[in-house]
Amino acid sequence: MSVDVSEGRSFQIDPAAPEPRSIVLPARGVLLRRLVADPTALAGLVIVTLAVLVALLAPWIAPHDPARQNVMNRYAPPSAEHWLGTDNLGRDEFSRMVLGARTSVLTTLAIGAGVLTIGIVVGTLSGYVGGILDGLIMRIVDLLLAFPPLLLALVVTGVLGPGLLNLAIAMIGVYWLSYARLVRGLVLAMRERDFVEGARALGLSGRRIATRHILPNVVGPILAVATLRTGQLLLILAALSFLGLGVRPPTPEWGAMLSEGQRYLASAPQLMIYPGIAIAVVALGFNLLGDGLRDVLDPTLR
Amino acid sequence: MVAYIARRVAYLIPTWIGITLLAFFLVRLAPGDAAHSYFVRVHDRQPNQAELASTRARLGLDRPLPIQYLDWLGGAVRGDLGTSYYSGREVTDELVSRFPATLQLATAATLITLVIAIPLGVVAAIRRNSLLDHLLRVAALLGASVPAFWLALLLIIVFSVELQWLPALGRDGLQHLVLPALALALGEAAVVARLMRSSLLEVLGEDYIMTARAKGVPERRVVIRHALRNSLGAVVTEVGMVFAILLAYSAVIEIIFVWPGIGRLAVEAIGQRDYTMLQGFVVFSGTVFVLVSLVVDLVYLWLDPRVALAQGRGVR
Amino acid sequence: MSQPLLQVDDLTTTLHVREGALRILDGVTFSLSGGERLGIVGESGAGKTMTALSMTRLLRIPGAEVSGRVLLDGTDLLQLRRRDVRRLLGARIGMIFQNPLNSLNPAMTVGAQISEAIRTHERVSRREAWERATRLLEEVQLPSPARSAHDYPHRLSGGMRQRVVIAMALACQPGLLIADEPTTALDVTTQAEIVDLIFALAEVRGMSVILITHDLALMAGFADRIVVLHRGRVVEEGSVRSIYASPRDGYTRALISSVARLAPPAWRGGP
Repeated sequence: MSVDVSEGRSFQIDPAAPEPRSIVLPARGVLLRRLVADPTALAGLVIVTLAVLVALLAPWIAPHDPARQNVMNRYAPPSAEHWLGTDNLGRDEFSRMVLGARTSVLTTLAIGAGVLTIGIVVGTLSGYVGGILDGLIMRIVDLLLAFPPLLLALVVTGVLGPGLLNLAIAMIGVYWLSYARLVRGLVLAMRERDFVEGARALGLSGRRIATRHILPNVVGPILAVATLRTGQLLLILAALSFLGLGVRPPTPEWGAMLSEGQRYLASAPQLMIYPGIAIAVVALGFNLLGDGLRDVLDPTLR
Repeated sequence: MVAYIARRVAYLIPTWIGITLLAFFLVRLAPGDAAHSYFVRVHDRQPNQAELASTRARLGLDRPLPIQYLDWLGGAVRGDLGTSYYSGREVTDELVSRFPATLQLATAATLITLVIAIPLGVVAAIRRNSLLDHLLRVAALLGASVPAFWLALLLIIVFSVELQWLPALGRDGLQHLVLPALALALGEAAVVARLMRSSLLEVLGEDYIMTARAKGVPERRVVIRHALRNSLGAVVTEVGMVFAILLAYSAVIEIIFVWPGIGRLAVEAIGQRDYTMLQGFVVFSGTVFVLVSLVVDLVYLWLDPRVALAQGRGVR
Repeated sequence: MSQPLLQVDDLTTTLHVREGALRILDGVTFSLSGGERLGIVGESGAGKTMTALSMTRLLRIPGAEVSGRVLLDGTDLLQLRRRDVRRLLGARIGMIFQNPLNSLNPAMTVGAQISEAIRTHERVSRREAWERATRLLEEVQLPSPARSAHDYPHRLSGGMRQRVVIAMALACQPGLLIADEPTTALDVTTQAEIVDLIFALAEVRGMSVILITHDLALMAGFADRIVVLHRGRVVEEGSVRSIYASPRDGYTRALISSVARLAPPAWRGGP
């Protein structure tokens, strides 16, 4: 058992752990109803939904142009005109927060979708085909997981050159690994199940068995993990942006705003308080929702 | 058991080779011509064709990639990771001189994590559904949600700027260690405490706990001698992970606290496009992580002697 | 029959759950005299293990409530403070559980686990406890006891581990041994060996035994008296002979006929 240094913290995927149980995904309406019945999961759902809405509608929500500077009105306190005051360049902080949501949340979701897709494809392929391909893929995955993904993402972005696109590419390139391992484990467990054996006996094609019989049954656990992971991705994105590897100024992004705010730590601490709270709250939302999903999908897991 | 350890150690070699491959080819992803940027950096002007060719030859970049790799690997095995394109200093020297600061930070943070997490997790498991247990659940959620670098900034505002109890920047004595180590540890501690709790609860349900109670062993001893030790396995694996994560995360924390470690060195190297340094950083930190995972496995083995038997057929 | 060693009166265990109260044991009553071997039989879920755990205060389920009386030499275990129960467990009452594969601590050598049983109740040196542990291992016929004492449980087979558990239960010479399905997890040959061993040790030490099992055939060769449990109640009690000859309860009859078809009971004769 070597150390898996993936950052997904509230759950652990231990390679030596017993094979994951399959969780049959309840009908769509049932899933939503059970989630809503759990107050913490509901809170998570509300936070995540709000965050995504704000991100999508940001240009219409923001009352001011987030880039317009006003040196005559720097560090202004909150007012009717500027709800969160203004920053070191006199820009409207509220508008910058709202547009920051657009960058932070949408980029996170895009990265999340990317790692999920690659992870599922590679994991299914590896688990279902098996043999040399599986051995090779898992060797590579294991090797790369010998590194904390954060460091790997840091170095890859550094080599490609800073910038939001490169950062996203680097994060996708690094964070699909543990998904692939998770999916592979689930698929392997599925392969041995009766109904899959049955489908094989019926002479169904490999691809059909994989997509029609195996994948739907591994969606449940992956959904919960993916939600928890998205919260982590948000934090990682913010951390690497904070280091200056993400957006270029003046584009607002929460991690980068924190980094700017750090310089005025003593005189204008609010400039680093707002983006920090925003990151923490949205990450909390994803974590609550992920916990809730896990409970709903498998009550015996806790 | 000896065979298991030997196999586990032998397993390090291919992993380490893999790490060097990764480091070497990762850096080749960099856009642009390394010889060109090297020349510009050194001479501060555009090179002509002849100068470019001679620079390339001098840096060994004109040879086929596998030869370059083997040559560099030969050096790496002897501990020579090349010379920084930027500062001209030996990469190994630089890493080795900066590593103690990072190690100190990560070790302190890991210790703080354990000191907070283990007692908290044990009490939460024994007093299940108590106020402390519920608070711990909330803390763990926050620990997984609040970014450590933001926590670091908050700690600076409170303890350095407002209260002026502790210094925020630099590395000069133990009081400089407190804030960065706390910033790294607090979030992890809550998460590890939850893990300690669930792991202990699981073990407390085992048959041999019933056996111990049926022998009349006092409850305190049942928990400490029988349950705790058997539940530490999961925690030790986690702590190895925590150590690795803290080591990785220290890049961010070192920037904030101006802590002269290798994480800061790596971020500086990115800014300076110092690819030899980055390459060396990957090999160096990769080596550290592999060794950490070895230590974790050995501790695990000591805690649970069944491991050697169960995994006798192959490592992992 | 003299004053009973153990008298269980109206033992009732109720589980309070969100949906209401669930009665797991309902007025279980039986007694056991010195040197007697009592069998508690019933199918799984009848409440056999619950009886053993409730009697000895080892039931640790949130919301479980135990009432009634469990008199051991006249002392009611249910009224004692937990600390005082602990003094009796292991010292006066030895217990053996179902699954020898899990009932030993994987991180302690078997010698250390037996020594612990001794040192919990008696002030003896580590070395003396260890020597006694080795002798106990010899007594339960573990091959090369001195060396096995240094082994971790995972090095021993299931049957050997159950012998260790027996040695541990006997470590402080208890007057009463409660064996809960001690052979279920073992293969047939080993089962017979373990039962014979428990029988022989009880004979030698003049120990009372409560054997809990779903296996009537096993019981027939072992017990003086049988208590039949069904859904948390005692449905029949009597000597092995009388119950086999003329089971009064319908449930007992069904239980016997299901076994009789498989194997005739091996009579060993009562006292």
